[in-house]
Amino acid sequence: MAEIAMMKTQAETALADLFARSKSLLPGDARSREDAFHRFAVKGLPHRRVEEWKYTDLRALMREVAPLAAKPDAAAIEAALAVESVFAAAEPATIAFVNGHLAKADAMPDGVAAVSLAQALAEGHPLLSKLGAVSDAEGNAAYALNAAFMTDGVVLHVTKRVEGRVALRFVTTGASAVSTATRVLVVVEEDAAISLLETHESANGLAHQPNDVVEFVVGDRAEVAHVRLNAESDAALALSTVTAHLGAQAAFGSRNIVAGSGLSRHQVWMTFAGADTKGAVRGATMLGGSQHADTTLVVNHLATGCESRELFKTAIDGRATGVFQGRINVAPQAQKTDGKMMSAAVLLSEEGTMMNKPELEIFADDVQCAHGATCGELDDDLLFYLMARGLPRPEAEALLIESFLGEAVEEDLDDAIVGEALMGIVEAWLKKRG
Amino acid sequence: MIEIKNLVAEIEGKRILDGLNLTIHDGEVAAIMGPNGSGKSTLSYIIAGKEDYEILDGEVLLDGENVLEMEPSERAAAGVFLAFQYPLEIPGVATMTFLKAALNAQRRAREETELTTPEFMKAVQDAAGKLEIPRDMLKRALNVGFSGGEKKRMEILQMALLEPRFCILDETDSGLDIDALRVVSEGVNALRAPNRSFLVITHYQRLLQYIVPDTVHVMANGKIMRSGGKELAEELEANGYADYKAQEAA
Ligand SMILES: Nc1ncnc2c1ncn2[C@@H]1O[C@H](COP(=O)(O)OP(=O)(O)OP(=O)(O)O)[C@@H](O)[C@H]1O
Ligand SMILES: [Mg+2]
Repeated sequence: MAEIAMMKTQAETALADLFARSKSLLPGDARSREDAFHRFAVKGLPHRRVEEWKYTDLRALMREVAPLAAKPDAAAIEAALAVESVFAAAEPATIAFVNGHLAKADAMPDGVAAVSLAQALAEGHPLLSKLGAVSDAEGNAAYALNAAFMTDGVVLHVTKRVEGRVALRFVTTGASAVSTATRVLVVVEEDAAISLLETHESANGLAHQPNDVVEFVVGDRAEVAHVRLNAESDAALALSTVTAHLGAQAAFGSRNIVAGSGLSRHQVWMTFAGADTKGAVRGATMLGGSQHADTTLVVNHLATGCESRELFKTAIDGRATGVFQGRINVAPQAQKTDGKMMSAAVLLSEEGTMMNKPELEIFADDVQCAHGATCGELDDDLLFYLMARGLPRPEAEALLIESFLGEAVEEDLDDAIVGEALMGIVEAWLKKRG
Repeated sequence: MIEIKNLVAEIEGKRILDGLNLTIHDGEVAAIMGPNGSGKSTLSYIIAGKEDYEILDGEVLLDGENVLEMEPSERAAAGVFLAFQYPLEIPGVATMTFLKAALNAQRRAREETELTTPEFMKAVQDAAGKLEIPRDMLKRALNVGFSGGEKKRMEILQMALLEPRFCILDETDSGLDIDALRVVSEGVNALRAPNRSFLVITHYQRLLQYIVPDTVHVMANGKIMRSGGKELAEELEANGYADYKAQEAA
């Protein structure tokens, strides 16, 4: 009750105003948006006394609310998309969004049907019944705000094993900071397979506020390879959520690279609902300056015989802060669960900080679960070995950082072209670091 | 010419080198033998530039220049090479990537042009062939999961590729099987040249039958206690270090 009685912050008031002004203009049923906003509003912005937000006090960190972005004109769209995509070499079929609105779409490969979220909401598309419910997300603020404000996005229906790759490209552009809220629903039918590349880009300087959610509903024996890149403005406040609801004997792999944003909170919720499925989530986060990046992972094992692997690497320079919270929950019926979670951080400066909070909650007796977290500096002996071979210290450091992050970025990634593109991001970050 | 003059060094307050003097001429192969813990590896690390030591006095001159004032990478570019007693494993860094980075970093430091990929590949494959190092080993992460002997061979491969001026081999023979010892020794002998000097640290005279030294030095108590020709190694093999330890006690 004390929560409700708390004074609204300036940002909370601004969010309420923004919602009141926008709700009638947003596509689809206003009531479910109102419900979502209400679930957010009763608790307000999460703060450090809310356990899942302990290290990312959004109430303190989110001071202002940027206006919801309007759809830019054709010239602005063209300019925004003229910049070559990180994954250009992978030649994906691309659906591009500019300022949160569908801007351009290539023809989808055989086995993929795409409908814009705005259209799907307006028409009441049947697949929207698979959209996650805010009520199931325990009132998670980022998720609830996305449900209240979601403007556009896409519903992808995958019915076959898809050849080639599909990319979702989100670019934010313009002269002033904007908020965007996008939602993607990917329904992968039984035995179907897709490789999905997701990028979020904006130029440095502006304090954009993107909030995106990508939800996977993965059928039995289906396969998903997902890559997500946060390359947002160094001043952006980025909230994001990836959810995966996995059927039986499926395979889900997700790589989550954070190479941008002043403040980011990335949530991954993976649920094993069918037996004998494999899920692997990896992530690499590169931070410098006063960046703050929070990755919060919840893995729910509800079915028997599933294997989950989570590996997150964080490189922290400057005065930056990295946060990793990971929880594996094993339900009583999820016998023979095999879960491993690891977070490793390397501190490259004296003033960097890493917060690791791995947790296991196990209610089944016949399981194998482990988690670990490490945080340290680069190994002096390894550095010496490299320097003794002629590498100047910055190069020796870069080589070690690259190999440290590489394990999460490209190892075991079947797609070499995508792996190379991602390592290019790592190299660019190292170069900038100097 | 390498001149080590009155080198005094400590680690964590413990004196390891205590006024060590040693001169190695161009083209010379000098061997150092000495009891465990006498400071042989320490000497090699200090020359290569490891930071852990406090150097209280002395200098190490390479052609008149004090390498102790250089960064480790500058020493490497100037021609100092240490084949480690315990080569390190570097996960995630492919051996090829590492070799190319090292070679080109040194060339850049010397203001030489970098090797193109084909030139580099040829150089590596030639050197690897001579040392009987299989190609697929070069694709693996540097030293990760390599056997003890494979790691030592990889050190010599690096040495062959980097063409240093002054090579320090710290117990390169330990961990090598009989055939590998011969292959590695041949590799080292092939690198002997009028303008290249070697400091070979070993416990066993066997290596010195393959790599025949010009001078042999006994290290104990943080100093060179005695110097001689290759026959000194034979004498040590027969008598051990009792004489030198006795001196220590006295
Ligand atoms: N980090 C350290 N802290 C304390 N003492 C150290 C440290 N490193 C080395 N030493 C000590 O310095 C001495 C010399 O060690 P060093 O490794 O140089 O001997 P060595 O002659 O190479 O021996 P070996 O023949 O066994 O290889 C040893 O007594 C060793 O314990
Ligand atoms: Mg030693």
